[in-house]
Formats: sequence, C-alpha cells, structure tokens
Amino acid sequence: MGSARSLFEKIWDSHTITTNEAGQTLLFIDRHFCHELSFHAFNMLHGNDRRVRHPERTFAIPDHYTPTTGLNNSDYVDEDTRALVANLVNNAKRNEINLFDLDDERRGIIHVVGPEQGITQPGMIVVCGDSHTSTHGALGALAFGIGASDVSHVLATQTLWQPKPKSMRVNVTGSRPAGVTAKDVILAIIGHIGAAGGTGHAIEYAGQAIQELTVEERLTVCNMSIEAGARAGMIAPDETTYRYLRGRPYAPGEEDWSAAEDYWRSLTSDDDAEFDNEATLAAKDIQPMVTWGTSPEDVLPVCSSLPDPQAEIDPKRQAAMQRKMEYMGLHAGQAIEDIKVDRVFIGSCTNSRIEDLRDAARVLEGRTARIPAIIVPGSGLIRAQAEQEGLHKVFEAAGVDWRPEAGCSMCIGVNGDFVESQERCASTSNRNFEGRQGRGARTHLVSPAMAAAAAVTGHFTDVREMETP
Amino acid sequence: MEPFTCFTAVAAPMDQDNIDTDQILPARHLMMPRDERYGGYVFKDLRLDNDGNEIETFVLNKAGFRESRIIVAGHNFGCGSSREGAVFTLVDAGFRAIIATSFGDIFYNNSFNNGLLPVTLPDETVLKLRQQLREGPRAEISVDLEAQTVTGPDQAVYHFEIDAHRRHRLLNGLDAVGYTLQHEHEITKFEERYSASTPWEASAKVS
Ligand code: SF4
Repeated sequence: MGSARSLFEKIWDSHTITTNEAGQTLLFIDRHFCHELSFHAFNMLHGNDRRVRHPERTFAIPDHYTPTTGLNNSDYVDEDTRALVANLVNNAKRNEINLFDLDDERRGIIHVVGPEQGITQPGMIVVCGDSHTSTHGALGALAFGIGASDVSHVLATQTLWQPKPKSMRVNVTGSRPAGVTAKDVILAIIGHIGAAGGTGHAIEYAGQAIQELTVEERLTVCNMSIEAGARAGMIAPDETTYRYLRGRPYAPGEEDWSAAEDYWRSLTSDDDAEFDNEATLAAKDIQPMVTWGTSPEDVLPVCSSLPDPQAEIDPKRQAAMQRKMEYMGLHAGQAIEDIKVDRVFIGSCTNSRIEDLRDAARVLEGRTARIPAIIVPGSGLIRAQAEQEGLHKVFEAAGVDWRPEAGCSMCIGVNGDFVESQERCASTSNRNFEGRQGRGARTHLVSPAMAAAAAVTGHFTDVREMETP
Repeated sequence: MEPFTCFTAVAAPMDQDNIDTDQILPARHLMMPRDERYGGYVFKDLRLDNDGNEIETFVLNKAGFRESRIIVAGHNFGCGSSREGAVFTLVDAGFRAIIATSFGDIFYNNSFNNGLLPVTLPDETVLKLRQQLREGPRAEISVDLEAQTVTGPDQAVYHFEIDAHRRHRLLNGLDAVGYTLQHEHEITKFEERYSASTPWEASAKVS
C-alpha cells in the first residue's frame, strides 16, 4: 500500500488515539449531538456516577418529539412526550452542555442545525444517537450514528472504539439534467447499489454532479447514506463548502480562518487513493424518482411502471415483492403516475432546508393542493428565512399547512403528526419502512418538488411536465 | 451486562431480508425507560394486528416457535435507525443470539453492548439452518462464543468470525467505559496534541 490516502482515511488517522490487539481504534470525537432519546445514555452516565468529559463539544437539541403546531402544553401529543422533551433540557442543564432550547430560534432537526450553525466542519468526527448523522458528512466530516450505550460512552470519554469501516467511492459523472434534484440523485444511487450496498463502508460521493451540488443538496445526498446501508457518507470539502461555512456562528472566526481552510484543503482524497469498492452512475440517466415498496431500494423513475413479481425468478425475491405490494396496496404493472396519493409531507432532515422549501414553493405557486399537505421547516431560522421570502404566503394560498415549529414531525410520526393506516403519503423523508410514518402507513419517498406536484394533482406526477398554472 | 459464553435454545427462521429496526421495535415504543419492560413489544407490528390479535402467519406466533430464543434471519438484519431499543426489546424478550448473513452496522454494534450476540454465517449455511428449523419446529441451535461455533439441529458445527475485542467484552460482560478509561492517559495526551494542531476546533462554545 502506498502513502496515498482517501478523505476518510485522513480523518480516521488524525483522530486515532490508540489501537487495541483486536484491531479496534479508539477515536476522538469532535462533536456530539443529543436528542430526546438520548435519555437512556444520560441515565447510564448518571447511574455510573460519571460526568460529561467535554460539555463544550456536546449539543442538546430537542427535535423528535417536539410539536410542530406550537409550543404550548396542548400542542404536545401527550404528557409523556412533553416530559421526554423536558428531560433532555434538564439533562443538558445538569451537565452544562450546549442547549438550543425549545424557544430558541436556532432549534430544529439536529442534522439541519449542526451544519446551519457551522458546528459541523470539515475533517471532524461527528456522532449522534441517530442513524442520519451521516448527513453531516456533506461538509467533509466523518459522521455516523451510534446507539445509546455508545452515546453514554462518548459523553463520558469523548471517544469511541470502532472497527475501521471499508471505503467505497460512488461517482456520479457528468451534470444532472434540469428538473432532477439531489433527492433523485441519492434515490438513484440507492436503487443502483441496493439497501445493503454500502454495509460496512464509509462512502465518499464524488464526480462532477456531486461537485456541482450546493451544500444544502449535498446534505440531502449524505443524509440517505444509511439507506444504502453505509456507516457514513461524505463529500470532500471545496470552495462551495468554505463559502457556506464562513461567517456561521460556530465556524472558525476570521482570526483562525486561514489556518482552518489550509487544513481543510489538505483533506481531499489523494489522486491514487484506493477504495475497497467503487460504483459509478451517469447523472444524465437520472430522472425524478419515486419509491414504490418498503425498502428505499424499491425505487423507480416517475414515468415507469411497477415491476411484476411473477417475472422474478428467485422465489424469495418474488415473495418479498408480493408482500411489499400488498402492504403498499399496489399491483404489478401499475404506472407510478396512476398511483393516487392521500397526503403529502414536506420536511425531515433530508429535505427541510430553505432550498427544499423554495423548490416546493415554485411548484405550488399559483396552484392549489387537492390533498392535505404539511410543510415543516428544518429549523426556526429556516422558518424565519422562508417567511422573509414570502414562501409561507405561497403555501397558505395553495391551502398547504405551513407549520410554525421545526422538528422531525411526520418523518417518524411520534409527535402526533402521523400517517393513518393504509393512507398513502408522498413524503420527502428518508425511510419508507413498514409503519415508519404510523402503523400501516404507506410511504413513497420523493423530492420536495415531486411531493408538491403530487399535492397539486392528487397522484404522482412528473414535475417536469406540469403546465404553467 | 450478562456475560455470554454458550447458549442453546429453540430457534426461529425469519426468511425476510432487511428486517429493519422499525419492525423489531416500532418508533411509538421508544420512549420507555430502560427497566426490562421492552420484551412485550418485540416485533410488535409483525406479531399483532391493529386490534392486538396475534397474526397467525408470523413465525413467533406459530406452535413450535413461540419459545424461540435465537433467530435465524437473512440479509441486513437490524438495518435502519440507531435505536438501541431494538436490541433492548430482543434481549428483554429472551433472545441472546441472532444468526444472519449480514447485519445493519449500528444494530450489530449495539448488540454487543447488551449481551446479544450477532453471528454472521454464509448464505448457504443460513439457508440450511432455516430449512432445518422449518422442518423440525422446536429444534435447537447452540451458539458457543468461546469456541466461535454454531451447532445446528443436525449437530453440524459451523465456525464464525468475530472481532477479538467484542468477543472479550461479551465473554466477560465488561462495561465499555471502564475499559476505555484504562486509556485515560493516552486520551489526555491526544487531546493536548490535537487542540494545539487544530485550535479553531476546540472552541465550540459561543454562547
Ligand atoms: S427527521 Fe426523521 S430521519 Fe431525520 S432525525 Fe428526525 S426522525 Fe430521524
């Protein structure tokens, strides 16, 4: 092996404290985010009489269970939920960690807020008790989700033992066509490599189409790395990254900026760096995508039809396909554009940033939603920005429910915003698992523009073909 | 955490691939405190219908598999969210080992923190085991962590790989933090060196 290293290896090496006999590495953790479900970890910490080693590197932000309609007691779905949120706030205060409290305008979905505040930076290792921590990799960080025991371990030691993941590079060559979003790019990638295609790997996304993405779009791509089974997803920092970060509250100040930027520039993968695995897609072939099944790999371009399980030779795959169609209430050969939608959700850590809201507004402008639709901003600051741009007026005029409080909302359906059993939802979130948005809910993952288009027509519609209103 | 050495129990075959953590423990049940109350929620939406009645076709509801304490699954078991509750619920329901061809990474890692052993075996072995279990309900499988072997219902023995660190912790029921703090000196030295080389990075607090 030569001395050429990938972005992933450079970050890994610079955070290695020690390696044990079994080949596990003790890694230093730069940033650690906690949400309501971190309570297990705080209980473990306190139960063992331990303290948070680096409160200044730890951020608590309630997002999963917070209501989106307002912050009065009556906005919470029940008393337990309110207590859970209060518990995080108490744990944050008790341990003197950074807290974006309920009424703080900066509060929102952790994976939206971390980048937005400049807390996440290139070259860092970022963890959180949440699998979509991979989002933060968009800034050139190594970011991954961990379970509660590991959260407690990071709180107590600011470190984690990890076996070194394998490395994978996914190249998206050429430029993407007009009307194709970052969400379509990542859905196409997952369709291509499969829901377990990245298992055990840290993915680096590369190629022209990736470099051409804004940071907001890169966040969408890295967000769904976990849906491809990967431990982490990352994109090498470049001018786009530096421009995005400069001046953000937690980003390096002017006095440190040039040293930081010099360091970040050294992080890109060397030309002859080797990867354990590689996949390549041509951006020109990507179209607006819709998932039809209960795994994110069950994805097709909007202008196609559902597969026929009978045509599948492997009996196991055939049975799985049949089961999925049954759950989703769909049948073989059905055209995706013929599928009627009952409800639309625009939000989640995948697609709730300002660009997503602008995309939705462009489609909704001058049109009316035929079916119930809610739009939930990813952070309080995004809400403010959207309202300053007048997007809320477009949403309201279209009859869409614009929610005042940021949070995970209908992505996971635990704060009272959920999809009814057998209801079909066009959702900009990241998981279409059975029951994800509520028991029996039927989730189709799409981009914000495609979700808005479905809201207008009541069925999946190629947003590129919509006539001007 | 309970040490794991050797475990023998009735095993259930789950043929579906990609059994995600939402299926193992639906998100609605994530808020519960950790006091052994998770067992009743395992595979809740696969096991029970909307009215709380058992779904006959689900393997753990079938005679001969109700008392299973080992699961033999397919690919990518435990993919999806990082919820450790998915492991809590399996452990509380009495499961001590899951055999599959591959696992979701975070689930795999969480298992070791709770005394649940995820065993990775090749496709043909897993298929064969599931076949045998279907043919002979109440069949038992043994998992020996010390020897790193799985013994099938027909007494065939299969070797499995596992990293030595995790194996050691599980065999001894060791708490990870205690182990790590033995490296306290190295951590402190690292921190000093690290904050000197990336000074902009350590000053996270602005408010
Ligand atoms: S928005 Fe959804 S995927 Fe993202 S952190 Fe919240 S619950 Fe998880």
